[in-house]
Amino acid sequence: MTTLVTGIGVVAPNGLGADDFWAATLAGRGALSPVRRFDARDYPARLAGEVPGFDAAAYLPSRLLPQTDHMTRLALVAADWALADAGVGPDTYDPYDMGVITASSAGGFEFGQRELRNLWSQGSEYVSAYQAFAWFYAVNTGQISIRHQMKGPSGVVVTDQAGGLDALAQAHRQLVRGSRLIVSGGVDGSLCPWGWVAQLAGGRLSTSADPDRAFQPFDDAAAGHVPGEGGAILVLEDAGAAAERGAPRVYGELAGYAATFDPLPGSGRPPGLRRAIEGALDAAGVEPAEIDIVFADAAAVPELDQVESDAITAVFGPGAVPVTAPKTMTGRLYAGGGALDVVAALLAIRDGVVPPTVNVERAARHRLDLVTSRARPMTVSRALVLARGHGGFNSALVVRAAPGTSRHANEEVHDATDSG
Amino acid sequence: MRLTLDDLKRVLIEGSGAGEGVDLDGDILDVTFEQLGYDSLALLETASRLAREYRIDLDDDAAVAASTPRDLLDLANATEGEPA
Repeated sequence: MTTLVTGIGVVAPNGLGADDFWAATLAGRGALSPVRRFDARDYPARLAGEVPGFDAAAYLPSRLLPQTDHMTRLALVAADWALADAGVGPDTYDPYDMGVITASSAGGFEFGQRELRNLWSQGSEYVSAYQAFAWFYAVNTGQISIRHQMKGPSGVVVTDQAGGLDALAQAHRQLVRGSRLIVSGGVDGSLCPWGWVAQLAGGRLSTSADPDRAFQPFDDAAAGHVPGEGGAILVLEDAGAAAERGAPRVYGELAGYAATFDPLPGSGRPPGLRRAIEGALDAAGVEPAEIDIVFADAAAVPELDQVESDAITAVFGPGAVPVTAPKTMTGRLYAGGGALDVVAALLAIRDGVVPPTVNVERAARHRLDLVTSRARPMTVSRALVLARGHGGFNSALVVRAAPGTSRHANEEVHDATDSG
Repeated sequence: MRLTLDDLKRVLIEGSGAGEGVDLDGDILDVTFEQLGYDSLALLETASRLAREYRIDLDDDAAVAASTPRDLLDLANATEGEPA
C-alpha cells in the first residue's frame, strides 16, 4: 500500500500559494517583521511571520466568515487550492471514501479571545453562537469536511509542533484501512494577545526586535524562535486509487514515519529524537546514506538544537547529510510547520534544489552540513523531515520521489509509531 | 414596531453571512432556512442578535424550530413589545 501526495495548497508568511512560497523560499526571502495583527509593542516578543495580503472575502463565501477564525480561513483556502491542484471534486470519490485529518496546536484562539471578551465585557448574549466550534482544535477538519462533503474518517491530531507530521501519518493509516483520499496537513496560528501570552509563558519565544537576528537555529546566537501563521494542506491518496482516476500529478510518496516521546526530564534516559529518525528510516526501508536532505525542526533553543544536531550526527555521521531549515524565513508555524516542510521537501524533489537556512552562521559545535545563505542545486530522491512539539513529541517522516521515477519504486510503506 | 423581512435579512447576513448561490433578495418568506443555507446555529445567532438589537426575547428551542423566515417573523412579532 503506497500513500501519494497528489495535491498541495500553501498559505505561508513568505508566499500565498505554493508557487509564490517556493519562489520566495528558494530566493531566501524571509517574512519576519513586527507584529501587525495586534499591537505587540509592549510585549517582550514583538516579531511574527504573518501571511500578508490575505483577503478571506475574496476566496470564501460570506456565510463562512462570521463562523471562522483567521487560521481556519487560511486552512479553507489552502484546502481549496490543494484539491484543485489534485483535480479532485465532490464527485471524484464516494463522500465516505474521503476524509480530513489535520493538526492543530491551539484552535481558533483569536476568535475565542474576542468572544470571551464579549462575554465578560457585555454579557452572554453578545457571544457568537459560532463560538460553539470556531475555537476548537478540530475546527479546520470540520470546516474542510463540510465544504467539500468529505464524510470518511476524519479527526484532528494535537501534538503541538510535531502535529503537521503526525497528521500525515494518521492520514496514511486511514488510507491503509481503506479510505481512498485524505485531506491532511496543518494550518495554524494564534497571533493575538491571548495566544501571545500563552506562547511567552512557554519560554521559547525570541525577544529580539531584529528580524534578521530573532530566529537563528544552530547559531551561537540562538535565543528562541519567532512564531508565525499558516502552513500547508496536502491531498493524500492511495496509489491505486490515484492511478485509477488518472491523478494529474504526483509530488511524491510518504515512505516512512516514526514518532517517539521524550523521557521524563531528570530520568537520565536519552532524548527520543534519534529513535524517531531511525524508526522512520527503518519504516521507509532506507539506509542513512540514501537520505539526500534533512529538514530540521530547528528549535533555536540552544539545548534543543544540540539534541537535534547530536541525533542527526549520530545517525548520519558528522556533516554527512545536507540539513536545512527554511522555517527561518517564515517563523515556526506550530501545527502548520511540519506540513509546510513536507511540501518544501516534495518541491525540492521535483525541482532538484534545496532551499536555504537564512540568517544563520552555524556554530562549530553543531557538526552539520547546514545549507545556509543560498539554495543548493542537487538531486533529491529522499528527504527526511523532523518536527518536535513542546512536552516531548518527536516525529520523523521520510518522503521520496514517486514510484516510477524512483529507484525504489517497489518498496512498501511502513508505519513504526513508537509511543515509548 | 414589527420586525420586517428586511430587518430579518439584515440580521441574518450580519450574523451568519450568505451562502454561495443563495439569492436573499428574492421572495424568500416561505423558503426554508435549510434551502437558504442557514442551520440551527445560524438561527441561534439570529435569535441572540434579535435580543440585543430589538429586545425580542425568543426561546432558543423555538427559534431553532422555525423552518422559514415567515415562521421566525411570526414568532418574533408575537413576542414583540415585551421588555427584554
